[in-house]
Parts: sequence; C-alpha cells; structure tokens
Amino acid sequence: MLIKRRGDVPTSEITDQGVYLRRREFIQAAGLAAIGAAAGGLLTAPRTARAGEKIHAGAMKSPFSTAEEPTSYKDATTYNNYYEFGTDKESPATHAGKLKTRPWTLMVEGEVKKPRIWGVEDLLKKMSLQERIYRMRCVEGWSMVIPWVGFALGDLIREAEPTGKAKFVEFVTAYQPDNMPGLRIPALDWPYVEGLRLDEAMHPLTILAVGMYGEVLPNQNGAPIRLVVPWKYGFKSGKSIARIRFVERMPQSAWMKASPQEYGFYSNVNPEVDHPRWSQANERRIGEFLKRKTLMFNGYADQVASLYTGMDLKKNF
Amino acid sequence: MGARIAWIKAAVFVLALCPLARLAVGAFAGALGANPIEAITRSTGTWTLSFLLITLCVTPLRKLTGWNWLLRLRRMLGLYAFFYAVLHFITYVWLDQFFDLGAMVKDVVKRPFITAGFTSFLLLVPLAATSTSAMVKKLGAKKWLALHRLVYAVGVGGVIHYWWLVKRDITQPAVYAAVLVVLLGLRLLYYARESAATAVARRREPALRATNQR
Repeated sequence: MLIKRRGDVPTSEITDQGVYLRRREFIQAAGLAAIGAAAGGLLTAPRTARAGEKIHAGAMKSPFSTAEEPTSYKDATTYNNYYEFGTDKESPATHAGKLKTRPWTLMVEGEVKKPRIWGVEDLLKKMSLQERIYRMRCVEGWSMVIPWVGFALGDLIREAEPTGKAKFVEFVTAYQPDNMPGLRIPALDWPYVEGLRLDEAMHPLTILAVGMYGEVLPNQNGAPIRLVVPWKYGFKSGKSIARIRFVERMPQSAWMKASPQEYGFYSNVNPEVDHPRWSQANERRIGEFLKRKTLMFNGYADQVASLYTGMDLKKNF
Repeated sequence: MGARIAWIKAAVFVLALCPLARLAVGAFAGALGANPIEAITRSTGTWTLSFLLITLCVTPLRKLTGWNWLLRLRRMLGLYAFFYAVLHFITYVWLDQFFDLGAMVKDVVKRPFITAGFTSFLLLVPLAATSTSAMVKKLGAKKWLALHRLVYAVGVGGVIHYWWLVKRDITQPAVYAAVLVVLLGLRLLYYARESAATAVARRREPALRATNQR
C-alpha cells in the first residue's frame, strides 16, 4: 500500500517537539522530588507506571504524524468523554483517579491461533513504542491534536495470528463498578464495546496507545491502554481496553445499541454525512476561536480511503 | 410594603445578573475550560430555562402562600429569561457559527433541536415587547393575558430543545421537564377548579331566578 503524508503546515510554524516536552519536564522533576521525599522506606516497592511518568518512545519520527500544533496538555486531560466517570467533560478528570490500572491484563481471544492474556508490562516490553501525533475529531464537533505514544495494533494482531474466520475485531473496555461512578447511570450498555473491521484494525494508522505527550497515559484519557483510530470519530477509539476479541460477524458497539439511527459501525469522519441532529461539516479545534472545515476521513483520506472503495458512505455511516 | 418590595426587586435584579457575572469573570480569567464557547452556550441556555421556570413559579407560589407581592417580580423575572435567551442566541450566531448565515438557516430547517429552540426564542420576542404597563393598557388585559399564555409553549419548546440536544444522558433535561410538568399541571388543576366553581355558580343561577320570579 502506498502511504502518503499530507503537508499540512509550513515547517516554520511547527512548534519544536522538544519545547512542549521540556515544558512538562520541570513539573515532573518537581513531582519526582516530592515522591522521593515522601517515599522513604517505600522505595523497595515494585515500580509501576503511573500517569505523568515519562514514557520512552523511539526517537524516530513517524511519517504518520501531523505537523499541526498539539492541543495543550491541560485541555487534552480536562476535557474528556469517558462516560464511565460521568457525562460531563470535566467529570473524567475528577473521578478517573479511582480507576485501577495495575495489575492490568489484555485478553486476546476469539478467532485466533494464539490467544493470550497479556500483562500490560509484557506488552510494553514486546512492542516497540512510537510517537504518533494525530488529529482527533469528536462526533460532537470539536477536535484536538494529540501526540500519542503507542504501537501498531497490527503488530499485536500478527502475534495472535487470526484464523480465516476472523473478519472483525471487538474491543471490550474496563468495567469496574466500584471505581466508575458513571456505570450507575444506564446511559450506555456497559461495558463499553467498540469494533473494527479486521483490515481497519490492521491498518498502520491504527494504534494502541499507552502514553501521550511523552508521558504515561492519564486515567481520564484511557489508561493503561487504549485504541486510537484517527480517521474515525473519537468514540470509536475505546479507552482502557481489557479484551480484544476476533469474530466472524460485525460486533454491535455500545453506541450502535444506544442509538442505531445516529451511530453506525463505521463512524468514519465525513463532513458530507451529517449526524441526524447536527452538522459535521465544521469543527472547533480546541484552543481556537473560529471553526475549521472538517476533512474527509479527518485528513487521512490518502491513507484510508481505499479501505472503503465502492461503499456507500451515506449508508455505511 | 412599598419600600420593602423595592428592596426585594433590587436584590432579585442583582442576583439574576450573577450567572452573567460568573461567565464574564470566567471568560476573562480563562477559567471556562477547554471549550469556552460551549460553556457559554450551555450556561446561557440553562439559565434561560431556569428563569422561564422561575417565572412560571410566581402564580402557583402566590396561590399557595397568598403572597400577592410576588406578582410584582414576574415581569422582571420574565425579562431575565428573555435576556439570557438573547445572550444564548448571540452566542450561537456570533461565537459558535460566526455569522455563517447559510449554516444557521440549514441548522434551523434541518435540526429539530435547533428548530425547537429558535421557535421558542421567536415566541419570546412578542412577550418581551409587550411587557410594559403601557402595552398592557393598549392591548387590554384580556388580550394581553391571552398573548402571554404563549409562555407555556415557550417553556415546552425550551425543554424539548434541551432534551433533543443531549447525546445520551438525559438527567438534566429531565429535571427541567419534571419541574415544567408540575408547574403546568398546577395550572390545569386551577383551571379545572375554577371551571367547576363557575359551573356550580351557573347551576345555582336558574334556581335563584326561579325564586325571584315566584
């Protein structure tokens, strides 16, 4: 497959990657100093990754990364949709601290030759991490640019060796009733489930992210491991993934069950296909005043349009 | 009573400006979160609904408590509902859509929740325009009252606007809807009682006439 990258912004306008990374460093240094001072005898305890800790992505820049300026870390971590912690945008940042992210296992099962229960640490050891700066377009009409750290989902899928029957991939996310106040409201059919066609899941743009902004993923952004599919509306990128199941038939996602006339399986970003209740032609980039035009497949048409050749995207919304 | 009502009016006037002050301070301090335009839209919208419901509380409260002076706050409360509706509308036209007329027309025609909101806003305009004492006199009390019954439709339209906008968790619009149902329900109750009372009076009338004739 020929993979092209759009030249979005003149290089003169690009914020140096080091600048925003360093911006966080001193906060982190201060945090570590505080932990060090407080920890004392606890230093012998096994070290586990926590939100805010530095995470090492390979030094190589990904050709898939956009040169657009990332959204501020504060906005990206305080304006979230994670209904398990409440339906307000601010609720996840307030409540997600309770999410238990260690120990964490990721079950890979279903139509595969090598099903496996991965400990998240083993995954981190096995997979090579890379930074991917992606646009993120929410179905509600706003967008961000987020520097993720993760690995290609395709790498994990190849490890599992799907059988000939595997046509779709279902993602089941964390269900922790004691830690997730939002589960008390039957807003969706819990646990939150999403799905992709196998070729979408194998696409090199599709990643499992474990960090962002050079740090371990904050809980409200889907710690410890989440899906990122940049050409689809944000809700397709499930957070805190617990199970990946390979199946023969198209999975029913939580949003499809909740409102089938509004949310389809594909949910590709498409400015020409409106949500029944609002337009999808424009979006507000968080941090900007004027709206901008929404791009076909969120600007990733060159890479992914071929996945949908011959399909009626109005019908398969 | 005159001095006291003046004080109460002044207090309500200042209190009702607090949501706006909070927004202004928040906008100035950059404390409205990642999406300030959405925050302003939400806040002005929910305060419009709140003032509508508060206005609709006046009559039932007056009947329940016998505090007739409450009636003297009603115009101001209603105008505050209109005031926040105007702010909500300006936020949409200016901050949200940035005067994109084509997009707005499409919105009003194609999107039921915006149709409901826009219609309710339009219905509020004649109520605000006829809110002065001079207009009451000019229209005559009967016509004026009939016109101002439109506020019930505005309340229903406003709640529908909110309900249809919400993606999934309808808790908040449901609260507004419940309050509206109670307030409109009370009015139905009053109406039923009054018509029952008139019916009784009418039944007595022929009997009275009969006695007089005798």
